[in-house]
Amino acid sequence: MAAVAEDDALWAAVADPTRRRVLDSLLENGEASTTTLAEGLPVTRQAVAKHLAVLNRVGLVAGERHGREVRYAVLPERLDEAAEAMARVAAQWDRRLARIKRLAESVQAEAGIDS
Amino acid sequence: MAADSVEREILIEASPEVVWGVITEPEQISRWFSDDAEVETRAGAEGTLTWKPGGRGGDKESDSIVPIRVVEAEPFRRFSFRWNHPQGAGPDESNSALVEFSLAEEAGGTRLTVLESGISAVAHDEQGKTRYLEQHEHGWEKHLGELLDYVASKAGRTAR
Repeated sequence: MAAVAEDDALWAAVADPTRRRVLDSLLENGEASTTTLAEGLPVTRQAVAKHLAVLNRVGLVAGERHGREVRYAVLPERLDEAAEAMARVAAQWDRRLARIKRLAESVQAEAGIDS
Repeated sequence: MAADSVEREILIEASPEVVWGVITEPEQISRWFSDDAEVETRAGAEGTLTWKPGGRGGDKESDSIVPIRVVEAEPFRRFSFRWNHPQGAGPDESNSALVEFSLAEEAGGTRLTVLESGISAVAHDEQGKTRYLEQHEHGWEKHLGELLDYVASKAGRTAR
């Protein structure tokens, strides 16, 4: 079930607050190097590099070499996939709650008639 | 800490007593959750949730039986259980997810909140992971609403 492992990795990648800030920053700037990103974040360059590696591994960002530095950018398709995977999970609980609501309200309505 | 958890809520036009019955009585549970349920509304009680082929479990070939253990049962207010731990093992934070229902009376009804946490504990177990996806249960990490909003806004389109 490769798809499951992939979804998990994707979720885990976006779950970290610092990685979300890295993504934010990349989305704002279009593209940025590890050094540029570290300047705008309260973490070390090494930490940023680690976060970028995680994001890169799940395909959320890609790096391109420009001379001596690698510039990273967000891959929007993958972000869409993440949104859909999460929406599926949300929908599951929402459906259950909707069923609970329907059941409870019909029980309540019957009780109302009886009393 | 909201990490590794999902929270959803809904307003129901029924009393907390009625909502309590729907979320805790086995014959009701089988109408909104699993296809079959063996559960006692008592802290420490062990039970099972069963998904059957052709039921909500989808097109699986055999029953999928998921163990649960009730953690808290405070009538009309709180009901929580751990689930998806390995068969025969006692559930704890490392091997199971925690589902907590909270009921709050409001004008005209009951606000029902469900919080599931520790999802990565079961998502990291290969078998559990497979089971999760088969049932389209869950298997992800972190606060859903927040993430969803975030990703949806970044993805530039509304997530379904």
